[in-house]
Amino acid sequence: MSLNNQSKLGGRQPMSLLEDQLRISGFGEVALGYTEEQAIAEAKRCLQCKKPLCQQGCPVNIDIKDFIGLIAEGKFSEACEKIKEKNSLPAVCGRVCPQEEQCEIKCIVGIKGEAVAIGRLERFVADHVMSMEREKVDCAIQAGKKVAVVGSGPAGLACASELAKLCYDVTMYEAFHEPGGVLMYGIPQFRLPKEIVKEEVEFLRQIGVKIECNVIIGKTLTIDDLFAMGFEAVFLGTGAGLPYFLGIEGENLNGVYSANEFLTRVNLMRAYKFPEYRTPVHVGNRVAVVGAGNVAMDAARTAKRLGAEVHIIYRRSEEEMPARKEEIEHAKEEEIQFQTLSNPLRLIGDDKGYVTGIVCEKMELGEPDSSGRRRPQPIPNSEFTIDIDTLVVAVGQGPNPIVTQATPELQVNKWGNIIVDEQTGATSIPGVYAGGDVVTGAATVIKAMGAGKIAAVGIHDYLIAKE
Amino acid sequence: MFKVLRKKVLSDTGNDRVVLLDIEAPLVAKKHQPGHFIMLRIDEKGERIPLTIADTNLETGAVTIIAQEVGITSKQLGRLEAGDYILDFVGPLGQAAHYPEHKHVVCIGGGLGVAPLYPEVKHLHEIDSHVTTIIGARTKEILILEEEMRKHSHQFYVATDDGSYGTKGFVTTVLQQMIDDQQPVDLVIAIGPIPMMKAVANLTRQYNIKTLVSLNSLMVDGTGMCGACRVTVGGETKFTCIDGPEFDGHLVDFDEQMRRLNMYKDKEKSALALEGCGGVGRCH
Ligand SMILES: Cc1cc2nc3c(=O)[nH]c(=O)nc-3n(C[C@H](O)[C@H](O)[C@H](O)COP(=O)(O)OP(=O)(O)OC[C@H]3O[C@@H](n4cnc5c(N)ncnc54)[C@H](O)[C@@H]3O)c2cc1C
Ligand SMILES: Cc1cc2nc3c(=O)[nH]c(=O)nc-3n(C[C@H](O)[C@H](O)[C@H](O)COP(=O)(O)OP(=O)(O)OC[C@H]3O[C@@H](n4cnc5c(N)ncnc54)[C@H](O)[C@@H]3O)c2cc1C
Ligand code: SF4
Ligand code: SF4
Ligand code: FES
Repeated sequence: MSLNNQSKLGGRQPMSLLEDQLRISGFGEVALGYTEEQAIAEAKRCLQCKKPLCQQGCPVNIDIKDFIGLIAEGKFSEACEKIKEKNSLPAVCGRVCPQEEQCEIKCIVGIKGEAVAIGRLERFVADHVMSMEREKVDCAIQAGKKVAVVGSGPAGLACASELAKLCYDVTMYEAFHEPGGVLMYGIPQFRLPKEIVKEEVEFLRQIGVKIECNVIIGKTLTIDDLFAMGFEAVFLGTGAGLPYFLGIEGENLNGVYSANEFLTRVNLMRAYKFPEYRTPVHVGNRVAVVGAGNVAMDAARTAKRLGAEVHIIYRRSEEEMPARKEEIEHAKEEEIQFQTLSNPLRLIGDDKGYVTGIVCEKMELGEPDSSGRRRPQPIPNSEFTIDIDTLVVAVGQGPNPIVTQATPELQVNKWGNIIVDEQTGATSIPGVYAGGDVVTGAATVIKAMGAGKIAAVGIHDYLIAKE
Repeated sequence: MFKVLRKKVLSDTGNDRVVLLDIEAPLVAKKHQPGHFIMLRIDEKGERIPLTIADTNLETGAVTIIAQEVGITSKQLGRLEAGDYILDFVGPLGQAAHYPEHKHVVCIGGGLGVAPLYPEVKHLHEIDSHVTTIIGARTKEILILEEEMRKHSHQFYVATDDGSYGTKGFVTTVLQQMIDDQQPVDLVIAIGPIPMMKAVANLTRQYNIKTLVSLNSLMVDGTGMCGACRVTVGGETKFTCIDGPEFDGHLVDFDEQMRRLNMYKDKEKSALALEGCGGVGRCH
């Protein structure tokens, strides 16, 4: 075990990481978490501010100051209760939240030194309490009203859990054979162990949420069917599942994957255990990943673990990479090669139709564009080719069209995202609410959860008013 | 869990076993329209595979699927018996087919394409189209659903490669004959192996006869989430699972589709070998 982030005097407690070599030979979790002593020491770095700015940075408004105070006193269960008042998935968020641009960026300690490691502390309490008895929801006055939640990603999970705590009779419908959404099929095992997601889902079952997998709303059942079945409100948390491609020549060659397909084959279908698990994946010796967001890093680090030499191809420079800094660092430690300022032009294949190379051109950065990032421009006559066996395209995704196509009354914007009232999550159809990536486009776990909670309150108010 | 209500072996010539299963899935049965398919996964370690819905029974909630045993999952499916369960079964998926009424439609099925063709023939017959069905097979023994097809067709032809039954030759031999005989054809629907669909499309293109083909791309989710099922149609990339599986046969890039279907051939063979089948399929 190595202590990678060496602490400076007064710096934050380092988190142990799996050694590089152990890492790339398996799918074990990379970041190993704090010990009790480390957690208490880290919690003591918090100044317990009168006006805790950190809380403003958290999309679900966790009482960060209070939960950290409880950790400092060694009251881990109480700390967990405190977090759970606002966030039902701390073990997940503590691991995958982009803390450095949400809660931690606001932390006062961060101005002069390193911010308090809020995410790591959140993860610590969640992991610590995970094995202990969970809270029981006591629904003496069973409201009995039925609400349907569509999609079991973070938005759906958060909405269902809030509604169950308000004593609604909640049924969650999921198209895939396992609940969890991106947490299950997208984010890899080495960053978010699937056991954690399963445990969270199990907890929902314990508080009375019924979970029906293998049901596609818009196909197996329509929204009208749900109302006819006695559901009084519906929440849509169907995510941003439709992968974008580059639109360049040769993109339908064998060995060219969307990140969604590549990660689903490996994570959900466990192709890394082929042929014991029956779903195959084609990797080869050299893999290129186009894009530089979290999804691209996950795809690259997954390909590395399947034994390939991996290149990340990105149009802009490292500074503009949208992935979390920590993920970029991990990717580098795992010897993933970065081809920045490189723009893919076309793919080359062999006579059997398999991809063999990607032709790119070099770019340079020009004036800042509307997003404030400097716009990349091609350098003339700078074409070069990288030999590859597999290409993974990770350039974003749009909302899945199945529900909206089957429900023409549902208002969407020009990208197909469902339009909602931000205060309540209400859509253009009375009783139908939505939130998460299907509304905002691909965003973050905690934002999707926040939207799920807002909609749960929206639904509650709607059902009370209806009476 | 989804219960197997009935199992029937439709043809068995060693490698070419074709089995029919009724699976209890009342919600899927209720929403089924011709052209739809399902995705299933037999057990925890299984692959998700797509199969066309061949028939439904609203009273028993049964969804009929017909599978040719070509690889590990379809062989495993063939070993199931009534009373067994499969883990996952989801649908109906894909765009429903919309066909003209009171027109002459020639339905062409080759090999296993006969199974997915059956609900379409039945549906066309119900909406009073004039239905001509042409079934192709290598040899007489592997012909399936002949009686059912005959019952719902106004004209019915069989073509076998070896001449053991019906016309000797390919389905296109029969179609060419119909065209030569000046029989007016409004629409051709062709479902079968890629080379067959390509040959039919090449023939009808010359006579400007609208032709629909149903593609059997590789799939993972079947809901538009992954793009495994990409196909080029008229120069544009489409997803077979949400845009299809039926497309204009004159616009499909069949060669690309053929290459994509072969993507995991080596891996599939090694998986089968590990199962002890040695890839020849006599493992029952
Ligand atoms: C590879 C990857 C890595 C990521 N890394 C991070 C990270 O480190 N940190 C972070 O904060 N965010 C990360 N994200 C983004 C984050 O995962 C998403 O923003 C979040 O999951 C969105 O949640 P959601 O509930 O809106 O949708 P999803 O998680 O997409 O869930 C939607 C669910 O709905 C189901 N569904 C869709 N249509 C239907 C239907 N018609 N009927 C029934 N069910 C349906 C889907 O199968 C799916 O299970 C990552 C995303 C990916 C893909
Ligand atoms: C919309 C749709 C509808 C379908 N309907 C039916 C149906 O009604 N009945 C039926 O038997 N099959 C149907 N198929 C094909 C079926 O999905 C495949 O036969 C099945 O996935 C093979 O799985 P396997 O594990 O048994 O074989 P694998 O081990 O995956 O493959 C074995 C061999 O079959 C070939 N193969 C693999 N997948 C396909 C495919 N999709 N099409 C053709 N050859 C393939 C491989 O190249 C290999 O040589 C359909 C496919 C689609 C997309
Ligand atoms: S949920 Fe995310 S943003 Fe909120 S406190 Fe936890 S790590 Fe920070
Ligand atoms: S801003 Fe930092 S120091 Fe202040 S309460 Fe929040 S975590 Fe503690
Ligand atoms: S099968 Fe995944 S998009 Fe069609």
